[in-house]
Amino acid sequence: MASTATVPEGSTTQWRDKKRYLWLLGLVVPSLAFLAWGLVELTGWSGFWYLGPIVVFVVVPAVDLLAGLDRSNPPDDVIEALENDRYYRWITYLFLPIQYAALVWACWMFTQSTLSTVDKIGLAMTVGTIAGIGINTAHELGHKKESHERWLAKIALAQSFYGHFYIEHNRGHHVRVATPEDPASSRVGETFYAFWPRTVIGSVRSAWHLEKRRITRRHKHAFRIRNDVLNAWLMSAVLWGALVAAFGVGILPFLVIQAVIGFSLLEVVNYLEHYGMLRQRTGADGTGRYERVDPSHSWNSNNIATNVLLYHLQRHSDHHANPTRRYQTLRDFEESPVLPTGYAGLIILALVPPLWFAVMDKRVLRHFGGDLTRANIQPSKREKVLARYAGPSAPAPEAAA
Amino acid sequence: MSRWVCPGCAYAYDEAVGDEREGFAAGTAWSDVPDDWCCPDCGVREKVDFEPGP
Repeated sequence: MASTATVPEGSTTQWRDKKRYLWLLGLVVPSLAFLAWGLVELTGWSGFWYLGPIVVFVVVPAVDLLAGLDRSNPPDDVIEALENDRYYRWITYLFLPIQYAALVWACWMFTQSTLSTVDKIGLAMTVGTIAGIGINTAHELGHKKESHERWLAKIALAQSFYGHFYIEHNRGHHVRVATPEDPASSRVGETFYAFWPRTVIGSVRSAWHLEKRRITRRHKHAFRIRNDVLNAWLMSAVLWGALVAAFGVGILPFLVIQAVIGFSLLEVVNYLEHYGMLRQRTGADGTGRYERVDPSHSWNSNNIATNVLLYHLQRHSDHHANPTRRYQTLRDFEESPVLPTGYAGLIILALVPPLWFAVMDKRVLRHFGGDLTRANIQPSKREKVLARYAGPSAPAPEAAA
Repeated sequence: MSRWVCPGCAYAYDEAVGDEREGFAAGTAWSDVPDDWCCPDCGVREKVDFEPGP
């Protein structure tokens, strides 16, 4: 592709991956439940049960702001070797055993009388954070061609009961990204709270539709175990059933809270990734195919803390151009729109819509060269949004006669 | 029998082999694959983008 990487190709004999060992920090995330317990024991302050939210909403945004940007790209001629270096994929595999050890341990902890209700909510939120970032790990694995990695993706999703994401993300979202048809592409004027039900319900509906279409090519009906939406949900039902059998029905609220927090964390990140972006349609009358996905259709960020914790998810343009590419080889592109800070910090903005619109809408406007009619706009807000951001090039409204 | 290759990710559809998972039995002609079918590996390229392969 004709995209320009921000770091020119150069001599590669001396090139070393500076992030090679930093990627291990991703394994801190599933360990947060144990770390929370350790810190509570060590300090006696039970607020540490909220360690998951503390890390995602305080520590990581602060490090993102202080540590600055990492724009380094691997040179073209090391990409293949980097891609095939199995060290990197093992780090993602190792996430899963820690994730599930934490879940089982947290279920047990939840049943202990030593914890107050406030502590238990904190523990559920911390485990929910792990579940949400576990969806990110599933995302990395689910895009790969190796079937064992696709299986691991579904296993990672079982905790949050979000197994249909594997289908919807790869076959739905990636195909329709930055179009009004995609439930996971947010629109200018759409708050996160309006986006949440649209994406949660729309994703289930779309995943089912995609699997039904695939399976009914050969079979009469879609209710088969090979239906990846059904078998993924079944995996969750078995997991949750086993946990309830082991720890009692009292852990159901805990399971539900951590799952809702987990998939909401994923959905708020979805909200950030393509806000307002719109692929134009080809053809003179604008009714043809959507133009191919290119780096200008995804928001990017080079803030290093979030990038290390989320396996370069913020190098989102390269990911959409080359979805099967592994995280360690994803590159930054000059022409991609850039977020003001990392995802972790922006999640906080997204939760406060007036702040989000104040920070982001002008960036969308700038991205489209002052012409917001080229953006993906929430239909019910279209006139209002266009009136508010009418640029100097737009015709002045006629004076009332 | 011919092969068609995704220009984005090198996934190949071989008419002789078909793609069982996608619901195309061995021997399914490329012309019988629906036009809105998308590359099952990358999801970026559609049938019309595929190129004849070796």
